Amino acid sequence: MGAIEKQRNILDFTLSSLGRRKGKNIALVVVYTFVIFLLASVLFFTHSLKKEASLILQDAPEMTVQRLLAGRQDLIPTHYIDTIRQIRGVQSVAPRLWGYYYDAMSGANYTLMVNAELNDRAGEIIIGNGVSMRSMSGIGNQALRKNDIIPFKTYDGSVLTLKVRGLLPFASELVTADLILVSEADFRTLFSIANDQATDLVLNVRNAKELSTIAAKITQIHPDTRPILREEILRTYDAVFDWRGGVIFMVLSGVFFAFIILAWDKATGLSAEEKREIGILKAIGWETSDILLMKFWEGSAVSIAAFFMGIFLAYLHIFLASSILFEPVLKGWSVLYPSFRLTPYISVYQIATLFFLTVIPYTVVTIVPSWRSATIDPDSVMRM
Amino acid sequence: MLQRKSDLFFSALVAGALLICLMFMDAAISQRLDREFVQERREVVRVLTLTDLCLFTEARYTRHPSMADLHTPFQDHPLSFDHFPSGAIMAVPPHLKRKAGTLQGWISDPRERQ
Repeated sequence: MGAIEKQRNILDFTLSSLGRRKGKNIALVVVYTFVIFLLASVLFFTHSLKKEASLILQDAPEMTVQRLLAGRQDLIPTHYIDTIRQIRGVQSVAPRLWGYYYDAMSGANYTLMVNAELNDRAGEIIIGNGVSMRSMSGIGNQALRKNDIIPFKTYDGSVLTLKVRGLLPFASELVTADLILVSEADFRTLFSIANDQATDLVLNVRNAKELSTIAAKITQIHPDTRPILREEILRTYDAVFDWRGGVIFMVLSGVFFAFIILAWDKATGLSAEEKREIGILKAIGWETSDILLMKFWEGSAVSIAAFFMGIFLAYLHIFLASSILFEPVLKGWSVLYPSFRLTPYISVYQIATLFFLTVIPYTVVTIVPSWRSATIDPDSVMRM
Repeated sequence: MLQRKSDLFFSALVAGALLICLMFMDAAISQRLDREFVQERREVVRVLTLTDLCLFTEARYTRHPSMADLHTPFQDHPLSFDHFPSGAIMAVPPHLKRKAGTLQGWISDPRERQ
């Protein structure tokens, strides 16, 4: 009998043996699939989001300069622009005016930002797709359209009505869902901000290699400022969804301990029925190595089936069902949440990591107790 | 055709491997199709000088994590906890741990430090 034929015979027997304990094994595969599904979902989601952020934010401002006051970000005087512009290597400095507006009618928070194109069109706004879906006009749940009027309560108590001039592209929802673009005059009226103040400053430099030197010079000239480099913005999104932090770590540790329990159950021993089976096999002439092979195939069949199903379901969940199970966690208390579909970024490295973290340990732990049972006398095993 | 159970097992194995290959193919096709949208998002970010993704709108330090300061999550009281759910999902942006105001803080290349 050839080696391959021997393996196939053992595999045939193993699969029949698994079929005899159908209920238990199906339950095992379901739980195991769920564990891998959760693990893979977290991995796919965080990796794709990080990749998306690194691609989109490549064109974020090279440097943003904020002013800090008593540990908090404060408005920055616009005369800082003149001194910063004089630093060698600085190409341009522009003020940014942006802030948050809480809409009491819908309970949503919006990001309001000044857009220079609207400066000669005071009274008009351009809104993000998420904002258009929120009813701010009090006419029910109808989506906002062009020429609709939105009332804003200004910081001095009066009402400012602004007309929707257009909507931001749907494709940009991941960055603009809660965005409302306004003119500078409307922004200053709304928040009662003086003309000589801005939220922060954005800089362009001639040579990107000089960014750190320019940042250091800015803090020397204006010690109350904090420059944030584009590289740091990109690193932020690499770090905020790091597996070592926050809920991601909680989910992963939950999944990890569920897997440990699963493996522990296997490693601590076999059922009486399984031991009897091993005793009978040894009594009819099976070698210890054959029994270990049988258990290897058993572990492989269960773990590989769960692995393929878990990975595939995770892919469908994250990239086709828009991470529907994670939505309540991601939404939190937000009223406004962008509806976006992540572009799938998966790698062989991710799949290999999942394989070595799940399939290999499980297969190994199924062999260990069988080896213990297979090495003792068949008669005593059968009498147990 | 599949007379033995091992035939069925190996067929399932091949089907699973094909499924993984299909996932990679779908990912490659989606990446190509979405390239235009990614470009559009990049353009929006460049034109509007945006700094963050709009993922969590509930708190300002999670809406714009790269622009936040360390004290914002605990703004209500010196001993208060960060109470927004999204604050639990995200880790602290690395530049908030930087020693502010020093040249060393910005220079990541050790050759530049000398």
